[in-house]
Amino acid sequence: MRFSLVRGMGMIALLAMLVVAHKTIHAQFSGGAPSPDSAFSIPAASLLQPEELNRLLHTQGANKPLVLQVGSHMLFAQAHIAGSEYVGPGSQTEGLRQLHNRVAPLPRKTFIVLYCGCCPWSRCPNVGPAFKLLRDLGFTHVMTLDLADNLGTDWVDKGYPVERGR
Amino acid sequence: MSAVVKDDPRGLQPARRFAAIGTRAANRRFLLAGLLLGACFAAIGAQTASGTESLLNKKAPEITRTDLNGRPLDLASFRGKVVLLDFWATWCASCLVEMPRFVQWQRQYGPQGFEVIGISMDDDPALARKLSAKLRLNYPVAMGDDKLGELYGGVLGLPLTYLIDRNGVVRAQFQGDANLKTIEMQLKALLVQP
Repeated sequence: MRFSLVRGMGMIALLAMLVVAHKTIHAQFSGGAPSPDSAFSIPAASLLQPEELNRLLHTQGANKPLVLQVGSHMLFAQAHIAGSEYVGPGSQTEGLRQLHNRVAPLPRKTFIVLYCGCCPWSRCPNVGPAFKLLRDLGFTHVMTLDLADNLGTDWVDKGYPVERGR
Repeated sequence: MSAVVKDDPRGLQPARRFAAIGTRAANRRFLLAGLLLGACFAAIGAQTASGTESLLNKKAPEITRTDLNGRPLDLASFRGKVVLLDFWATWCASCLVEMPRFVQWQRQYGPQGFEVIGISMDDDPALARKLSAKLRLNYPVAMGDDKLGELYGGVLGLPLTYLIDRNGVVRAQFQGDANLKTIEMQLKALLVQP
C-alpha cells in the first residue's frame, strides 16, 4: 500500500515536471515572432551550411559569393574564412554603417554571405541586424552562414579554408 | 577529457585515501563519486574548445598584461592558486550570464586559493571597462588580442573558460553555453588538490 502511494506520488511529480517542461519549451520556441535582432529572425531558406559555402568558395564566376564577417575584429584577426572581408559587428551602429558603405555600390542581385561565429547561434547578436539591413536595402540574394556553435568548431575544425590577420 | 584525470597522478590520491579506510560503504561512495566525476568530465569534454590543438594537461601559456585598473597582471604570479581564466566580451550574451557567478565564486572560494582572471576580447577597451564596473567584477580583467588568442589555441568563439590548477596546468576548458554547475564541481575538485 505504502509502495503504491509512493509510486503514485512519483507519477504525479513526473507529470508536473513534464507540464512545466512543455510550457517552458513552448514559451521559448513558439512564443510569437523572434526579435528582429535575433539570429532566429533569419528564415531557414536564407541559411547556408558550412559545407555548401566551402563548395561555393571553390567555384569560379557568378556563383562565388561576397563573404562578409559581421562580428568582432579581434576574432577576425585570429581566423576568418578565406577571402572574406571584415565589415564590423552587426549589433553596433558603426558596424551597420560600415556594412552599408561596403554594399552600397553593389548591384542588388549580388550574392552575399554573412557570417559571425562569435558565439552559439542562439546568442549571436550580429547576424540578425546585418541580415535585416541588407534585405531592407533591397538585396535579394543574401544568405547567412549557419554556424551552430562558433567559427572554430563549425568551420576551422572542419578544415575549411582559413586566413589570419587583419 | 576523462583522460585528463586518468593520467593525473594527483587525481588518484583520493582513491588511496578511501582504500585506507577499507570499508565497503566508503568504496561504494568512491565508486559513486567516480561515476559522477566521470559523467562530469564527459560533459566537459563535449564542450571542449575548438580551433586548434588542445591545451589540456599542458602548462597554461603565459599572460603578462596590464589590467583595466592599470595594475600588472602576470598569470605566473598566481601559481599556487586555482585559476579560472575567462575569455569574454561585452557582446557575448552567454558571458554576461556567467560573469555574475564568477564574481560570487571569487568571493566564496577566494580564501581557499581561487582566482578568477578575465580577458576581454572586445575591440574597444572602453566597453570592457564600462561593463566591468557595472557588474562590479571583483577580479582582475585585462584586454586580450589576436596574439593572446592564438597562444590559447584560437579564441574563435565565446565564452571560453579554462580551469588551471595550482601548478599552472590547464585541467579543463569550456566553450559556449557551459554548465556552470559542472565548472563549479571541477574547480572545487581542483581546490582540494595540492
